[in-house]
Amino acid sequence: MDAELRKQRRLAATKARRNVFTETVHPKSYFELMTDEEREAFFARERKRSTTALKQRKIRKTILTAIGLVIACSISLLALVPIFFTFLNSFMSSDEIISNYSVIFQSMSGHNSSGATYLSRTPVLKLIPEEVTIKQYTTLLFMNPAYLFKFWNSIILTLPIVGGQMAVACLASYSFARYRKKRREVLFFSYIILMLMPFQVTLVPNYMIADTLGILNTYWAIILPGVFSTFAIFLLTKYMRQIPSGYIEAATIDGATEWQIFTKIAIPLCKNAIFALTILLFIDYWNMVEQPLVLLTDTELQPLSVFLAQINEPEIGIAFAASAVYMIPPLLIFLWGEEYLVEGISRSGIK
Amino acid sequence: MGLSEKENSSFPKETETRVRPGSQLAPENKTTESAASRHAAVKTTPKKTRSKKRADKAADDHTGNYAARITPKAYETLVPGDIPEFEDTPERRALVEKRKKGRFMRRLRDWGIFTGYLTPSFLGVLVFFFLPLIMLLFTSFQKSPTNTDFVGFRNYERVLTNDAFIAASKNTLTFALISVPLAVVLALFLAMLLNSGLPGKSVFRSILLNPMMVPVASVVLIWQVFFSYNGVINGWTAQFFQLDKIDWLKSQYAQVVIMLLFLWKNLGYNMVLFLAALNAIPGEILESASLDGAGPVKRFFAIKLHYLSPTIFFVGIMSLINSFKIFREVYLLTGDYPFDNLYMLQHFMNNKFTQLDYSLLSSGAIVMCIVMIIIVGVLFYAESRFDSDVEE
Repeated sequence: MDAELRKQRRLAATKARRNVFTETVHPKSYFELMTDEEREAFFARERKRSTTALKQRKIRKTILTAIGLVIACSISLLALVPIFFTFLNSFMSSDEIISNYSVIFQSMSGHNSSGATYLSRTPVLKLIPEEVTIKQYTTLLFMNPAYLFKFWNSIILTLPIVGGQMAVACLASYSFARYRKKRREVLFFSYIILMLMPFQVTLVPNYMIADTLGILNTYWAIILPGVFSTFAIFLLTKYMRQIPSGYIEAATIDGATEWQIFTKIAIPLCKNAIFALTILLFIDYWNMVEQPLVLLTDTELQPLSVFLAQINEPEIGIAFAASAVYMIPPLLIFLWGEEYLVEGISRSGIK
Repeated sequence: MGLSEKENSSFPKETETRVRPGSQLAPENKTTESAASRHAAVKTTPKKTRSKKRADKAADDHTGNYAARITPKAYETLVPGDIPEFEDTPERRALVEKRKKGRFMRRLRDWGIFTGYLTPSFLGVLVFFFLPLIMLLFTSFQKSPTNTDFVGFRNYERVLTNDAFIAASKNTLTFALISVPLAVVLALFLAMLLNSGLPGKSVFRSILLNPMMVPVASVVLIWQVFFSYNGVINGWTAQFFQLDKIDWLKSQYAQVVIMLLFLWKNLGYNMVLFLAALNAIPGEILESASLDGAGPVKRFFAIKLHYLSPTIFFVGIMSLINSFKIFREVYLLTGDYPFDNLYMLQHFMNNKFTQLDYSLLSSGAIVMCIVMIIIVGVLFYAESRFDSDVEE
């Protein structure tokens, strides 16, 4: 009994020493202390403060969004101007273009052997043609067979390279993604180095190899190295490494063969990436310049990209229409598959 | 008490025997013993994953390497029955043999599959990329393609003292060093701008992705119209600011003009990559950081940058590739011999090709290869270091 009492007293003393109150202050009491007017005033003050703060925040946010929109709009305008410029100008008549832009090429020395002539004149930048004609297009497509041949050359060079490289890259990147070993990483690293190498580095040996294979000055001289380029492998391997290993294990347990895993799991999962890559590769090879210049000495065989840059100057009258027609296939592909492209590109960058 | 102390002190050293203190395995029982000791070795020796101690500890915690964490006291409660023990019977031996064989066959099959999938690509790369490089290496030590005398490093001396080569590599390097970081930073800025709740995000995204699609000849035409001596830009500056006309592509600003072209072409692609990476950052972490009082700047440098690092490396590599590809435009705009500060390594090689100076070309190419291997190697090493940080 004594001990019990002592214990309780000790507890009370300890609590008192530590200033521990078992009773809590009732939350109401703060407001109850106020008079009604005070309370009203308090609430009014608080309401006002919070509304002004909210308003300020809203204003700041609107201003920031407006600034952001202005920046984004101006940058996208910069991105779009050249494209619109080309298309709008392609509907001008040739005379108008020559009167507007011929001064530009008088001052250029680029491919012109006579050198630059610095006559100070100003070109007229016009976006809207005075009279809308499709004469440029008709001259280009019906009077100028060379152009159509070059267009066909571009297609016949680009499509096999893109298709072939995708097929080879799917197989190779599957093997790189599925089996990671030290030595294979070294091989992968060397693939990356090869991907980064500019074409000019191996220009001479490539020329010699094409010569010994007897494919110099044929389409194969460009198609074959293009098919085995390692760019697609790099991107696709990065993508395939994201496939959860659980999928593959589950398929193995269900008795799928290696080829089935490849065709039924890996490829469908990488559909977006394959699509995006196809577009990227198409643009890349559609724009080929160096390879045809060196490996195709016969100008008949050269693609449009080389030809167009050469006719810019002498035939400015149809240059814009030529550019527009040349731009149409990539733009169509882009509009058609933009969603896949964005999806495919985006996933390749995240680890 | 004394005994347990002794055990304590000797605990970390005796890794082999400690798992089987009272094991009844006979010493002549070879296969099982080796199996058991291998078992023990795997369990007890801490895995040296990376040189960092923290990584070690984390790896032990996650991989379930409990043996590394067992205290001596807890260890005493392990009874011999806990350790699997195998009798040395002929069946068991046969099983072990079979398993060994199976493992070998499986590894062989894996290797076969790997090689099978890789073969088409590897053969092509061998013929069209590795073989040329090896030929390049040979010709770089020869006097000339017709006179195949070994001349040692004479060609390298020649190329490294060649003014054109030095100027070209300087230009290429400057271009890459300025434009690649600029492309990364601007794209990141744009991505963050679009990601900050701007209306019409996807519209802007597709608009900015558009320049990537414009073919090279069209780009060249547009740039000619805008930046030549009698071009549109000069017309504007003369009209509005009364400035003197400059021939942009033949002045000190030539590289700036090309950089503009490079950025115009590649910002969209880089931005899409960054947008995806920004969306992949877990929102809870950002939220909790902002609750802890981290401002936007702090949040960016402490959290976002960390998550973005793989993407930054990827974008950097892609921009590096594209900065080499910009040669097409430069070549079509300005021809074989552009203004001094646009003379790139590719121009040098192209010109040496047309001049038939193959030995100089090949030694220059090899020098470029070596520099590139070093750069990419450093990039990848850095990436793997950053990756390991993120995984932790």
